[in-house]
Amino acid sequence: MDPEPKKPEDSPSNSGNSHGPVHPQSPFPDEALEKVLSFVDSHKDRSSISLVRKDWYNAERWTRSKLFIGNCYAVSPEIVAKRFRRIKSVTLKGKPRFSDFNMLPLDWGADVYPWLVMFAKVYPFLEELRLKRMTITDEGLELLAKSFPCFKALSLSSCDGFTENGLKAIASHCRNLTEVNIQDSITEDVGGGWLSCFPENFSSLEILNFSSLNGDVNFDDLERLVSRCKLLRVLKVNESITLDELQRLLVHAPRLTELGTGSFLQELTPRQYEEIETAFCNCRNLQVLSGLWEATSVYLPLLYGACASLTFLNLSVATTLQSGEFAKFLAHCPNLRCLWVSDTVEDKGLEAVGLSCPLLEELRVYPADPYDRDHLDGVTELGFLAVSRGCPKLHYVLYFCRRMTNAAVVTIVQNCPNFTHFRLCIMTPSQPDYLTNEPMDEAFGAVVKTCPKIKRLSVSGLLTDRTFEYIGKYAKDLETLSVAFAGSSDWGMQCIMEGCPKLRKLEIRDCPFGDAALLSGREKYEMMRSLWMSACSVTMKGCRLLARESPRLNVEVIREEGGNEAQALKVYVYRSVAGPRQDAPPFVLTL
Amino acid sequence: MPADLNLRLGLPGSDQTDVDAAKSNKRASPEKAEDTASNGVPAAKSADDHETAPAPKAQIVGWPPVKSYRKSTAAAVKKAEAESGMYVKVSMDGAPYLRKIDIKLYNGYSHLLTALEDMFKLSIGEYSEREGYKGSEYAPAYEDKDGDLMLVGDVPWEMFMSSCKRLRIMRGADARGLGCAQ
Repeated sequence: MDPEPKKPEDSPSNSGNSHGPVHPQSPFPDEALEKVLSFVDSHKDRSSISLVRKDWYNAERWTRSKLFIGNCYAVSPEIVAKRFRRIKSVTLKGKPRFSDFNMLPLDWGADVYPWLVMFAKVYPFLEELRLKRMTITDEGLELLAKSFPCFKALSLSSCDGFTENGLKAIASHCRNLTEVNIQDSITEDVGGGWLSCFPENFSSLEILNFSSLNGDVNFDDLERLVSRCKLLRVLKVNESITLDELQRLLVHAPRLTELGTGSFLQELTPRQYEEIETAFCNCRNLQVLSGLWEATSVYLPLLYGACASLTFLNLSVATTLQSGEFAKFLAHCPNLRCLWVSDTVEDKGLEAVGLSCPLLEELRVYPADPYDRDHLDGVTELGFLAVSRGCPKLHYVLYFCRRMTNAAVVTIVQNCPNFTHFRLCIMTPSQPDYLTNEPMDEAFGAVVKTCPKIKRLSVSGLLTDRTFEYIGKYAKDLETLSVAFAGSSDWGMQCIMEGCPKLRKLEIRDCPFGDAALLSGREKYEMMRSLWMSACSVTMKGCRLLARESPRLNVEVIREEGGNEAQALKVYVYRSVAGPRQDAPPFVLTL
Repeated sequence: MPADLNLRLGLPGSDQTDVDAAKSNKRASPEKAEDTASNGVPAAKSADDHETAPAPKAQIVGWPPVKSYRKSTAAAVKKAEAESGMYVKVSMDGAPYLRKIDIKLYNGYSHLLTALEDMFKLSIGEYSEREGYKGSEYAPAYEDKDGDLMLVGDVPWEMFMSSCKRLRIMRGADARGLGCAQ
């Protein structure tokens, strides 16, 4: 629920009754309105509906069953409980995105427990919980497991705080579970014993993803679980599962649409090789394939039979993959729309992408060795160019590289003018065009001038204020912007704040933007989800000024060791109808 | 010659600091606003930096923006590389058969030479840049990537590890003519 500018009404006793009379000025009986609204799913549409008039607001709140809260601190459990009565599905997002890169201290917050306590009281029929960047403890998982008899789907993306014990509670108590989906977990010590805790008669699982959890699992228990869950369509195992174990799982689940393999490195006998090959060939419905740790040329051909209908291939952790075997593999995947790879495939591998994947819409190239600066391999502007030439439908790119040129980007966006998401990370901060030594301003200028639909932009390389002039002037649909080690003065950020009408999320680090820049956005922050600024030139004084002027904004400064008292080295600003955080740790100051 | 290329065969461990200095990743702080010229265009400092020897570099927190779990993938790659070993053949003039050793197991020249002395039951003597291996019958040599026969000890350990294709323990008399690395 995005908080609206007006305070939410809280009088449930009138006009919300679906059997009540027709409202004098409304053309619809309440009953009809609610029936129509029950078909409206999108929370953005529902938000708009609720603003039309009071009876629409009430009809909407009685019929909403899916809750989306993009920032858990923008609203409180109490406010939500008063407004909505019949929630079955909750999506909650917590920490700012830079927490993924260790920029937030531990114990910063975003603990879901208070929400769970409220849900247990007010939404006993809760079926789904989807969390992103939140902390959920074992206590929370136990509460979840025991409070909701209809609970079906648990999805944790980039979450932490739990151990095996919490998952054991879920497995043991949730009789109707259809989904356990744990992605990008950063928790180190989660063992695999919980998979053995599903009761023997439990068979409703449709989605099981534990690929990012390191612990060893009891394979026999996993096999039994997979064999009795006949509706299983998504299975993503972790690295501890070997190839021949995978084969046994596939025999029980040939109807999988999404598969994440375990380790792909194993000495196989010819007989095992054949059996695995057959198992993959029998997976005719596979659309999504991931995992493939340590995949090498020897065993990749095993997969060929499963690739005909593949639309999403995630090879980002297959960091031993080389360009030759990758190219051969691609030839078997003609229907790819989405590809994630490691930069070990190099430009040559990307040339193969350009040749073999005409339907490609999304490409992500991750660095296999991001911290090794002596490592000169990986991909360059040439690989990106090759993909743009062969994949005209490309509209989403995330590209980590060690060199880039303005000219290349200009050509790339001419080839692919439909970019909605352009995230380019030149890995050395403030690196110029390596051929001309000029700033990369013209590259991003070309992106915003040539791609009218651009919604998300991450900029990098040596950039002056000119880049931000371009973005402010041309990127009228821009919603998310990430900036690092860029800009020359406050003017750069001002251009953004004054220019991008649809901006919702702005994250900035290590830029020369100070108080004037921060304050230039004072009118805008309430219409955005959040602003993050770290290692910029913002001071406590500037933050206090902003806080004073904007009662509906939470202006938080994260204080860390060292640094002088007047600087505000990590600033997080977000709109909220709930006021300052009640659970802020001592190092978070709300001004 | 930069200090980090000076060689000495001291006790095991002391080589390590030389090696660490040579491959140190310390980084100078990134460009700040003060570096910009009056027209708002920052001086193209980074470009010039590429032409000189790379400055020592430190790791910047949270950069590049790669998620934590991916970091462990990078570590796994290093681990896999570490586990694969770097085996080279070792021959000794006059011996009937060769041996094979994993250079990765050694942390420096003195460690390697001690092991060779043990393996072949001989003594190799003191290294000096000027005179090679004095005071012994034998001198260790290696064949590098270009196929040239080089005296062991002239180049930094890391460079040796990546360029050594084969080791040969030569009789002292024959070794005297071996040139040093440029």
